[in-house]
Amino acid sequence: MGAFDRERLAMLVQPDRVHRSVYADAGVFELEMERIFGRAWLVIGHESQVRERGDFFTTRLAREPVIVVRQDDGSVAVLVNRCAHRGTTVCAESRGHTQRFVCPYHGWSYDTAGQLRAVPVESGYRKENLNPLGLKRVPRVTTYRGFIFASAAPSGPSLEEFLGPARASFDDFVDRAPGGELEVAGGVFKHAYQGNWKLMLENHLDGVHPAHVHASSVAVARGAPEPGAPGEEHYFDIAVRQMRQNGAPESLWESIGVWTTPRGHGWLGDYHTDPRLVAGPGNPAFDEYRRRLAARAGDAEAERILGVTRWNTIVYPSCSFMSQFRQLRIIHPVAVDRSVVYTYSFRMKDAPPQMFRDTVAFANVVNGTGSWVLTDDLEVYERVQRGFGSGAVEWAYLGRGHGADVDEPDGTRRGGTGTSEVFIRAQFRAWLDYMTSEG
Amino acid sequence: MDVAQFLYHEARLLDTGQLEAWLDLFTEDAIYWVPLERDQQEAAETSSIIHDDRTLLELRVKQARHPRAHARLPLARTVHQVGNVMLLGDQNGELTVGSTLQLVEWRHERQRLWGALVEHRLRRAGGGFKIAHKRVDLVNSEGELDGIAILF
Repeated sequence: MGAFDRERLAMLVQPDRVHRSVYADAGVFELEMERIFGRAWLVIGHESQVRERGDFFTTRLAREPVIVVRQDDGSVAVLVNRCAHRGTTVCAESRGHTQRFVCPYHGWSYDTAGQLRAVPVESGYRKENLNPLGLKRVPRVTTYRGFIFASAAPSGPSLEEFLGPARASFDDFVDRAPGGELEVAGGVFKHAYQGNWKLMLENHLDGVHPAHVHASSVAVARGAPEPGAPGEEHYFDIAVRQMRQNGAPESLWESIGVWTTPRGHGWLGDYHTDPRLVAGPGNPAFDEYRRRLAARAGDAEAERILGVTRWNTIVYPSCSFMSQFRQLRIIHPVAVDRSVVYTYSFRMKDAPPQMFRDTVAFANVVNGTGSWVLTDDLEVYERVQRGFGSGAVEWAYLGRGHGADVDEPDGTRRGGTGTSEVFIRAQFRAWLDYMTSEG
Repeated sequence: MDVAQFLYHEARLLDTGQLEAWLDLFTEDAIYWVPLERDQQEAAETSSIIHDDRTLLELRVKQARHPRAHARLPLARTVHQVGNVMLLGDQNGELTVGSTLQLVEWRHERQRLWGALVEHRLRRAGGGFKIAHKRVDLVNSEGELDGIAILF
């Protein structure tokens, strides 16, 4: 990789600016696939998607087509969806239940551990050549609080070390469920955009963009009919309240806080002041929810759980999630200028049904492929990508809050204010670390 | 006005950018629904690409007119080709009408082709109809889709 040696890479990523080629150069992208996506722990799904032995779903691990399956021994495996014989994808279904994955081409069949079990016309092969063949297993798979992580690297930091202080965001996500568990439910949005994968991660903790990118949805929501009081609510309330909230004043965004970790993760404090959006008291469903949570966890622990105010958390380089409305997005890089995002909703075990209806309403208005909000984000990502395609200007500027970052005793780095671009700088610090370390 | 003519009229309002007149075709209690999943039965606990009551549908039209609606400025140019119009039911004062939709969308040098099965529930009003419910099942609703900022 002479073209992208350490010195060259370090030149592309500087403390408060990055070269446009990190978004637009196909050679950089290939190296990212190898050194970042080929090494990091990537969130790939949730255990509720594979409850029983033989349950599976297909997805991507970075660019690789994979099958996530509950094996006979009860653990989860991630298998590369590619026949050892001629390379055919052996499974075409998005999810299901099976004992065997049978290749459509020559009938080779594999068990849920990926082991080759039957080969038609077996006499045509030397046995010792067939014996080692199977579906390639992604070498490291583990779970944390129900979330499935996979790493294509046979060795590297443990998940615990990888997540660091970002682990608390997963705890927050799961702890909020009165039954102590989450399940994937309500359908999966799959949206795509003509832009680099990093652009999504650089947007989700950005507290300045809503007032501008989402100006039109904020404006129409402000002009909408008033949401109803408890007991007199309308279907449109969640949408209107959330779009209005995106127009929160600058001083609020400044005050909420944004934190980062050395591996590029980060989270933003919650900017919601509308009690209907954050399980505030007085709403019948929320009151019941708090009662159920306290019944399991005790009053003090329930207070502590509900007092955690993390909004979006980024798990670099492929995931963004939020506990308040139980949304998780996984980004799949497809090409230097093409990305696909899967958005999952989660139901909290033992929460009142209205909580999940709020989740669905929120998903539709904010994360849906046809939403008022997401569509404007995607438009901007594509316009950034178009801009970076031009060599007339070489640099992108990441200077908001630069020089005011605060290193905390727990190893996190916090923005001087909630609107700092500290999280983008942290992502590039991790980027450079991945990209310049060998082996 | 016959049912097919009404559907053509609705399509023409969208294709000529008369979004406010299009909105006026809907009843006050109308639902406009683009499901996410094939054969989706409900919209309360399963996400939808669009699931709007009349209030939200109006916000959608107003957003399209906002000077900073980045994904809608300019609005995509569209042609809605309505076909296979069939009367599927006539009860409780509502006609259920099935049709197919082929839609060509063009914006920012990108052209997209959409296909959908459509079902309208229409109420007679004056000499014509009002739309009480419109469901648009895109053939690729479960696919990996770029953002959708048009109305079907």
